[in-house]
Amino acid sequence: MKAWLFGDNIDTDVIAPGRYMKFGIDEIAQHCLEAVDLDFSRQVTKGDIIVAGRNFGCGSSREQAPAALKHLGIAALIAESFAGLFYRNALNLGLPALVCSSAKRIRNGDRISIDYARSEVFDLTSDERLPFEPIPAHLMEMVRDGGLLPHLEKRLARKERAS
Amino acid sequence: MMKQTLAQKLVARAAGRSTVAPGEIITCKVDLAMMHDSGGPRRVKPMLERLGAKVWDPSKVVVITDHYLPAYDEESRNIVRIARGWVREAGIENFYDAQGICHVVLPERGHLRPGMFVVGGDSHSPTGGAFGAYMFGVGATEMLGVLVTGEIWLKVPHTILMEFDRALQPGVSAKDMMLFLIGRFGLDGGQYQALEYRGTAIRRLPMQERMTLCNMTAELGGQTGLIASDAITKAFLASEVETWDSDAGASVLAHHRFNASEIAPQVAAPHSPANAKPVEQFRHVKPTLAYIGACTGAKLEDLRMASQILRSRKSKMRLLVAPASARDQKTAADEGTLQVLLDAGAELLPNACGICAGYGEHVLPEDMVAISSTARNFKGRMGAASSQVYLASPYTVAATAVAGRVCDPRELLQ
Repeated sequence: MKAWLFGDNIDTDVIAPGRYMKFGIDEIAQHCLEAVDLDFSRQVTKGDIIVAGRNFGCGSSREQAPAALKHLGIAALIAESFAGLFYRNALNLGLPALVCSSAKRIRNGDRISIDYARSEVFDLTSDERLPFEPIPAHLMEMVRDGGLLPHLEKRLARKERAS
Repeated sequence: MMKQTLAQKLVARAAGRSTVAPGEIITCKVDLAMMHDSGGPRRVKPMLERLGAKVWDPSKVVVITDHYLPAYDEESRNIVRIARGWVREAGIENFYDAQGICHVVLPERGHLRPGMFVVGGDSHSPTGGAFGAYMFGVGATEMLGVLVTGEIWLKVPHTILMEFDRALQPGVSAKDMMLFLIGRFGLDGGQYQALEYRGTAIRRLPMQERMTLCNMTAELGGQTGLIASDAITKAFLASEVETWDSDAGASVLAHHRFNASEIAPQVAAPHSPANAKPVEQFRHVKPTLAYIGACTGAKLEDLRMASQILRSRKSKMRLLVAPASARDQKTAADEGTLQVLLDAGAELLPNACGICAGYGEHVLPEDMVAISSTARNFKGRMGAASSQVYLASPYTVAATAVAGRVCDPRELLQ
């Protein structure tokens, strides 16, 4: 899985531009990050990973920002820090957002794998293991279910069976 | 008993606890959930249908259309149509259609009171914290969770105290205080914790100025921005309200103190609110558009500030004004404030998010340089990626319109 490197304070207007918000996620995703990398949406492939600096996803509450990244096949987000609202939105969509203080050691294009059991990012290109802060347990369960919607679906079905 | 900050008290009440500690993960009962047309019905309706679930308590939901108004094409008409249809189906009586921007309409119609725990489907939801309520923004799926369960999880925030002593100079506003803070602490200075604003300069701010401060807590990176309730809160809400405040000596993550009288008007250069510096440094900038709009910058108080500068003067550039709510516009018209703006050459736009959110027909064309009373100047947000937006207070936007270049409003105060 290939790393796509971005800097600090990448905002939601750059991830999901406002002028496309009236459309569905297909259209929005085509313009994802185009203001900073014109070809991103065309070149990204399923399983790739976003690596960023501080405060990734700052700005709006628009869930289409993490949704567009997920739609393009991004498997996980690694950053020095995330904007709080974006962090909640990403996990709610089942897209892992991993806080890794040494994220900037990863170079653009590095091959990456993520070891959730050990809370480590493995940079296969540099042969380096970088620790990340584990996602809180109550949220990891939701992420494993695929996000809040399937998680609620499961919970409601359980409740129905019980009654 | 353990001394608690205002933030701790508010979330403890919502969690049914007497005290909470920062860092704890708790579940809170939601007193009110607010949505707008963009992140609201069009997103939650299909998810509710997929779950076969109903809204937990329709009386605790408020829907306000403000993003796709006036509808200008088929997509936007459809988004607004979904909102209108869904409130009927779901039995939501608190529906404000084309009455203005949600963060301004919500308290204006009496939905916010000190002590409440509120979620809003928009990042500027911390605005509600000005009323001594815990209010923060969530995305559409998280809103779905609230609509189904009436609850939400929260990591109890630490409090960062921003204390402003003395009083602002004439011609300097809450917007300048906030741009000053963002310039100093950055877009993540709030660390997704609770920001609490206090001190004599805060106590002196009228309610809508307090709202501006809490509103841009979003750009400072806080989860919410809070101001203790007092006589000004009570007067604005025109009813008896409880007093909610931090305990003296409650432990905080940081306590910053500023002398409000030393703050100069601020301008934030493209493309980040964190590029804020004193207005003095931008005198060479010559915008061709001045915009007074948005929940951040076009409330009644904002229009009054602009009118103080524009009275008996003419704008040298295109001046667009989109009052934040229909009610604020009516008051501005009744008291003569609106006429001052129109006489100066202002063109009036609808009571909606408009250009600030990149919607509608007035979005900025290629290479346009604008000065704006809104909250964000991220690249491409208000139109073309090549447009350049300078953020400032309504005073400074008005002064710039009159001078034809960025201007310190203190030189033009009448």
